[in-house]
Order: sequence, then structure tokens, then C-alpha cells
Amino acid sequence: MTFSKEVKCIVWDLDNTIWEGVLTEPEDVKLKPGLIEVIKELDRRGILHSIASKNNYEDAWEQLKTFGISEYFLYPEIHWDTKSGSISRIRENLNIGIDTIVFIDDQPFERDEVSSVHTEVETFDAVDFKSLIENPRFLPRFITEDSGRRRLMYQEEMVRKKDEEGYKGPQEGFLATLNMEFAISEAKEEDLQRAVELTERTNQLNATGRTYSYEELQSYMTSDGHKLYICELTDKYGSYGKIGLALVEITEGHWHLKMMLMSCRVLSRSVGTVLMTYIMNQAKSEGKKLRADFKQTDRNKMMYVTYRFSNFSELENDGQGNIVFENDLTQIQPFPHYIKVELPEDIIENSTLMVK
Amino acid sequence: MNQKEQVRQFIESNLIVFEDEADLKDDDNIFQLGYVNSLFAMKLLNYIESEFNVKIETDEMDIKNFSSVNNIIALLDRKLGVTE
Repeated sequence: MTFSKEVKCIVWDLDNTIWEGVLTEPEDVKLKPGLIEVIKELDRRGILHSIASKNNYEDAWEQLKTFGISEYFLYPEIHWDTKSGSISRIRENLNIGIDTIVFIDDQPFERDEVSSVHTEVETFDAVDFKSLIENPRFLPRFITEDSGRRRLMYQEEMVRKKDEEGYKGPQEGFLATLNMEFAISEAKEEDLQRAVELTERTNQLNATGRTYSYEELQSYMTSDGHKLYICELTDKYGSYGKIGLALVEITEGHWHLKMMLMSCRVLSRSVGTVLMTYIMNQAKSEGKKLRADFKQTDRNKMMYVTYRFSNFSELENDGQGNIVFENDLTQIQPFPHYIKVELPEDIIENSTLMVK
Repeated sequence: MNQKEQVRQFIESNLIVFEDEADLKDDDNIFQLGYVNSLFAMKLLNYIESEFNVKIETDEMDIKNFSSVNNIIALLDRKLGVTE
């Protein structure tokens, strides 16, 4: 097995991995020298931390608080069940691919147990923790504003989820309490690193799964024949960051959607539909038809369904999963009333106002 | 509960509607009544496939087949070979 995917989350054991010693034994445990630096550096790069440890939850969490590092760990699994099971739950909670998770533990038995269930999870011996910093899987090509805020965004999401579960009443009622603002804008130079990252990290709500280089996106951004849109979602808990991207090629008769993706963190917020509505309206107002490239992957069935339910039909299908869709633009969903939508036109108007 | 009631209940509890007091009738166009977002579309397909033990083919994922409770039932009838 070769492991190549950029790491999104590292799952740590505690005893003799994060700290020296065993918590259930009488001697005091000591944080491993150099460990905090590694955790902070990976956190800065946007790599998430979690825990799979066999311990009593309260005692272990208290100990992490004492060391002042508990805030770095998302969805900790501290109990006596198998660590492979813990990793499955962490994966589900974070909603990331299993091949982007790695596991670090001092005990060969635990590493083997995890590997036997999750062949795509690379495991590391705890003695090697310092080498992670240099490991290419832990070196994202770009470190963007969104990478640095990633843990915070997941923490905000945990609060959201808790509030949502506690909310009694219809779903639209809860959504209305979020004060969501969705901004669609034409991508600018400072958005491009994040745009590249989005094409690399987004799997489920991704129409083509194609990745783009910085230079490619830059040329589309400046091209008269193309529109490159980037979207940001904000609500009362904070910003989800830049979470959506679409590339349109403008031809004589068509708006041709070459790529569209939306981070799965905003899956339940209808914002993909908002971006689609905007693009459909634009194409229609210019009297053009809308076409869209699509590539079926084993991960993006939801996006296929989204296109079909947005009234796209297959114009071409090569039987290898490469599809060209067409939309006659007779049915366009309105924007949801619980989201305040800011369009590129609004931004242009605002900036002209400011100049005046 | 019959199929129709099951489908209607599923839609009522999962669709984000435009009007708080919307009352879903079997002929109402659900694409006009609420927001058919990715999550809802996927949930609806999964629900129909698992609840009625059918496989929805890609050429059946047409908006017409899912636009109302009646249309969904008609699709199911065709798939399950029900004759009136």
C-alpha cells in the first residue's frame, strides 16, 4: 500500500504517544518534549487533530486541559473500544475521506489493528512524531487563510450541530435563526490559492473531480471568455470560509459550466442551489443555453442527482462517466428566503458607490 | 400506511418549504413548494430505493418523475409493475 493523499487529520494515541507514561498508573505523566510545537505547526497548516485512546474519558480530557492542549483535538474518542472503530467515527464526524486520515500510536498492536480494518490509513510509530513535520503528506501546497482557520471552523460547526439538534420545530425555522449570508463574487488573485485547494479537497459535491493548477485558474480569471466564481458563507457563528467554486466558459450560444464544486461542510444549507440558480439566471438573461461538463466518480453521486434535479438532462454520455448536460432554463429555483445573497453585481455597485 | 402517505410524510418532514404553513397535496409541485437542495434530492432517492426496494436508474432521475407525490407513486408503480 502506498499512501499519497494529503493528510487532513492525524489521530493520536495518548499514553506514551502524546505524553510519557500511562495515565492509569500512579506516576505523573509528562508531555513529550517538542510535541506541542508539532501539534501547533500542523494546526497552522490546516491539518486537524483527533484522539483514539483507551482511557477513562474524564481523566484523559482533564490531563489534556492541564497541559493546555485540549482545544486542538476535535471529536476525541477516549474509551475502551477498538481504535479502528474510533477512526471510523472520527471520519464520519469530520466527513473526510478515510485515505486522508493517519494514525500515530506507540503500540504495534494498535497500529496493526487499525491497518487491518482501514488499509488506507497510514500508521506511524510514536517515536517518529517529529518527522511528521517534514513528511510530504503533511505539507499542503498552499497554506491559506482558510487552512489556518480550519480547526476553528470545525469547532463552530460542532456548536451549530448541537444547537440544531436541540432546536424544536421545522428545519426552515432553524435555518432562519442562523442569519446566513452567501456571497458570490468573481475570483480575485488572493482567492486563487484557496480555489486550487478547493479543487483538490472537494470530492462529494464536485461535478468533475478535476484539479486545477494556480496558473490555469489565473488564466481563466483574466480571460474574457470565462467567469470564475468563488463563494463564501457566513452565519451568526462565524464564517465557513470560501466554500464554493464555479468555472463558466462563455461561447456564442452557451454558458458552459466547466466545473462546479461546493464544500461538504455546507451541505445542509442549500447554498449549492443558490450558486446554481445564480448561474442559470445569468445564462438566461443573456439569452443563452446552459451546458455543463460532468464526470461521474465513485464519490459524487450526490452532485449528479443535484444536476438532474436542477433540470439538467444528458446531452452526451460516453459510457465512461463523461457527461455533457444541457438545461433549457425553464425551471429555476428562487433563492431561499432565509439566506441573504450577495451577488457580483452588488459588489460592483457597492465599489462604484464608494468611489463616488 | 399506504405508499402515498409514506412518501408524502417523508417529503413533509424533509423538504424545506417556502411557506411555514404549506400543506402538501399529492399534485403539488414540490420544486415550487420548497428548496430541492442536494441533500434533500439525495435523501429522497435513498428513501425511495430503500423503503420500496427499487433501484432508480439514472435515466429515471428526471425532474418530472419526482415533482409531486403522485408522480413519484406513478414511477414506483411502473417500476414495481403494478397494474390498475
